[in-house]
Amino acid sequence: MLQGQTGLSISYDTPTGQLMAERMQVTLPLAVMAMVLTVGLALALGIYAASQQNKVGDVGVMTLSQLGLALPNFWLAILLILLFAVHLEWVSAGGFPGWSAEDGGGVWASIAALLLPAIALAAVQTAILTRVTRSAVLDTLREDFVRTARAKGLSRRQVLWGHVLRNAMIPVLTVMGLQFGNLITSAIVIENVFVLPGIGRLIFQAIANRDLVVVRDVVMLLSAMVILINFCIDVLYAWIDPRLKVGHAG
Amino acid sequence: MSMAENPPHTLLQVSNLRVSLPTARGWAEALRGVSLQMERGQTVGLIGESGCGKSLTALALMGLLPERARVSGSILLQGQELVGMSEPQLCRLRGARMGMIFQEPMTALNPLHPIWKQIAEPLRLHQNMSVSESKARALELLERVQLPRARERLEAYPHQLSGGQRQRVMISIALACRPDLLIADEPTTALDVTVQKEVLALIKQLVREEGVGLLLISHDLGLMQDHVDRVMVMYGGGVVESATTPELFAHRAHPYTRGLFAARPRLGLARGTRLTTIPGSLPELMDLPAGCAFSDRCSLAVADCLKIPPQAENISLQSPLQNLPAEPHRVSCPRWSLI
Amino acid sequence: MQVKNSVWRRALRHPSFVAGGAMVLLMVLCAMLSLFWSPYPVGDIDIPNKLASPSAAHWLGTDSLGRDIGSLLWVGSQNSLLVGFIAVGIGLGVGVPLGLLASARRGWVEEVIMRAADFTFAFPALLSAIMLTAIYGPGLVVSIVAIGIFNIPVFARISRGAANSVWSRDFTAAAKAAGKGPLAITMAHVLPNIASVLIVQATTQFAIAILAEAALSYLGLGTQPPQPSWGRMLNEAQSQMFQAPMLAVYPGVAIAMAVLGLNLLGDGLRDVLDPRLARQR
Repeated sequence: MLQGQTGLSISYDTPTGQLMAERMQVTLPLAVMAMVLTVGLALALGIYAASQQNKVGDVGVMTLSQLGLALPNFWLAILLILLFAVHLEWVSAGGFPGWSAEDGGGVWASIAALLLPAIALAAVQTAILTRVTRSAVLDTLREDFVRTARAKGLSRRQVLWGHVLRNAMIPVLTVMGLQFGNLITSAIVIENVFVLPGIGRLIFQAIANRDLVVVRDVVMLLSAMVILINFCIDVLYAWIDPRLKVGHAG
Repeated sequence: MSMAENPPHTLLQVSNLRVSLPTARGWAEALRGVSLQMERGQTVGLIGESGCGKSLTALALMGLLPERARVSGSILLQGQELVGMSEPQLCRLRGARMGMIFQEPMTALNPLHPIWKQIAEPLRLHQNMSVSESKARALELLERVQLPRARERLEAYPHQLSGGQRQRVMISIALACRPDLLIADEPTTALDVTVQKEVLALIKQLVREEGVGLLLISHDLGLMQDHVDRVMVMYGGGVVESATTPELFAHRAHPYTRGLFAARPRLGLARGTRLTTIPGSLPELMDLPAGCAFSDRCSLAVADCLKIPPQAENISLQSPLQNLPAEPHRVSCPRWSLI
Repeated sequence: MQVKNSVWRRALRHPSFVAGGAMVLLMVLCAMLSLFWSPYPVGDIDIPNKLASPSAAHWLGTDSLGRDIGSLLWVGSQNSLLVGFIAVGIGLGVGVPLGLLASARRGWVEEVIMRAADFTFAFPALLSAIMLTAIYGPGLVVSIVAIGIFNIPVFARISRGAANSVWSRDFTAAAKAAGKGPLAITMAHVLPNIASVLIVQATTQFAIAILAEAALSYLGLGTQPPQPSWGRMLNEAQSQMFQAPMLAVYPGVAIAMAVLGLNLLGDGLRDVLDPRLARQR
């Protein structure tokens, strides 16, 4: 396995490598969509809440995030299905049509199928990340260099965008890295709710079928991904914070 | 921004500045009627212990008080009223007409921005300089503040500089747009003793060269003696005594000022001499009496002192035969002569 | 005693604490009452009446087997509470001593314990819980144990971190100088001072345990029939989505309220306990 070879699945009678590649076509786009939604929303809401500290906007965002934290993500998924698939009939209640246009699939159809799952996945993550962003921004606003910036004549807005955000990103990045494990776990459940043929569902079925070859290989794959993500985050840290760069000018 | 051309205004005229801050126990009067006056090229020192309101005065001048603070009174910067001015207007003045240096150089600079960028920021903001122009000017400024290896240091980050060096960068930032007023809030307190003298000398030199008015805030009497033209002593949110430096160091009137001078440790005292202290301690803002803030620690206090706020009056401590100093010696204590 | 009174007064004025506390109390009362009584016995199957709409007889309607939804929710609270208590109990009972040991001994003991904790963190918790149920079979006991195991490293980390900062304070150095042994110091000084952090974390972990159990039950790996479980109710409701959509709403509301109540309680406790204790020093 460590040399890159994968085993043969007992239940599917296919090489696990092939199985995983197929399933990743679903899970990877799903994860990316969920992350994009999460980061976009959380940063926007978190910064807004921090700039409105203790006023109505802040309280509103904090309440929303409390609710977001309390919702089981699979319940949110079911509610979304109820609203958009059963009631409004805008999308189907589950399943995945496939990326190729044959057999009724296609790019847009696939994205539509992944949209509700991505929202369900993103909800809890957004709630957590919004809180972290807000507190990171508030902490940074208390720093001395913010006062220096204002003494230069920068407006509150200019200080926020020019000085605070980049500094506040450091703790936010940390949490994003930690959230990756959460994302994988949630994907298992969400893929089951929407009956998506992804890695999450693969692992669930494999465990149920006692197909340990598949389980072993998928776990290895996921661990490798976690390591890769953490490495990317470290690189991002060094890019943001010059104190972490190796070697420096005189 | 309208400025009258003639006659030339006093650089800074503060009248009866009052600041109230909301606290858990209600509104507290943090500044209780501060008045001061400064001309171009003058250096005024503000001295007092922690909590007397000197830093708050500086922040009030710059308009950097917390949003919920209530300010009343008047601050005239070259005839322009700053109290009640809108935030965008204040932003145009900050950094351009008034500059400030803070106490902690280690945390005053943004760790993620290179040095040149931090100096260039006010230049680009107020004088619309391009990146290359501002970078060139930043180099000039760094050389002026005598930062060694200035050219290399342009691209450096704050964590690569020592405290003294960072403070020099702060000075160059504050003076970048050639302001008329420079406020230095304990600029050397956090620095090593050897560096303190250099940095202060630098500030004085630049202030002289640029003809800038300097408000120097400190708790160190020695500093005041060497560096300022006029000293104002603060206690409990108000100015208790103000005079020219030689005058104050020769004659003191207010009981608090006397206590302050008496408490200085001096060389040459006999072994075992107890250092004089002012009895009691600074009360909480909310607990200050309606009258004189110093009353409960003052040896001259009577019942009225607690109730009636003292008025500032001009006094003369020198013999009638000597020339009166050009600037008045003011004291806020009706009973000062009884010591 | 005087301390406790003022803490209580402050707590009762804190909106998060009051709201959260009320919700949690409600849930606890429901669970305890349900041991003795429920509107309908949950075993009662009534096929002719299946998927009925809300009525005077059945306030929330019935499910696909004719069982009263209200009763199912009512009794289901037992399940959630049980999981929460035991899982958090395991975490506290095993994790805290480990963390305290790591902090008191330092050196290689601390290293070993913390590395083990990190290792457990590396595997996503639900994944490992699913694996455990695959090995040992699904069921309430297995899911409680699985969730409980994942609370151990959480509490070990937290108690070790908090204990470290207590050990570095002057009064523990004084106790050491007076000749007190590490066990005595831990019990008398360290534990009381980290108690507030642990209490707050316990409410958070309780909420996480409820969510985890719900997810496991939804996947069919948790509580098995006939014991009612909110998570499993959601799974059953999903297949009836077109006929009786509301069935998918009620159990989720129950879960969300339980978790929300615990989160609010935890937030309130954190605000009330920590600054209080800090000032009492």
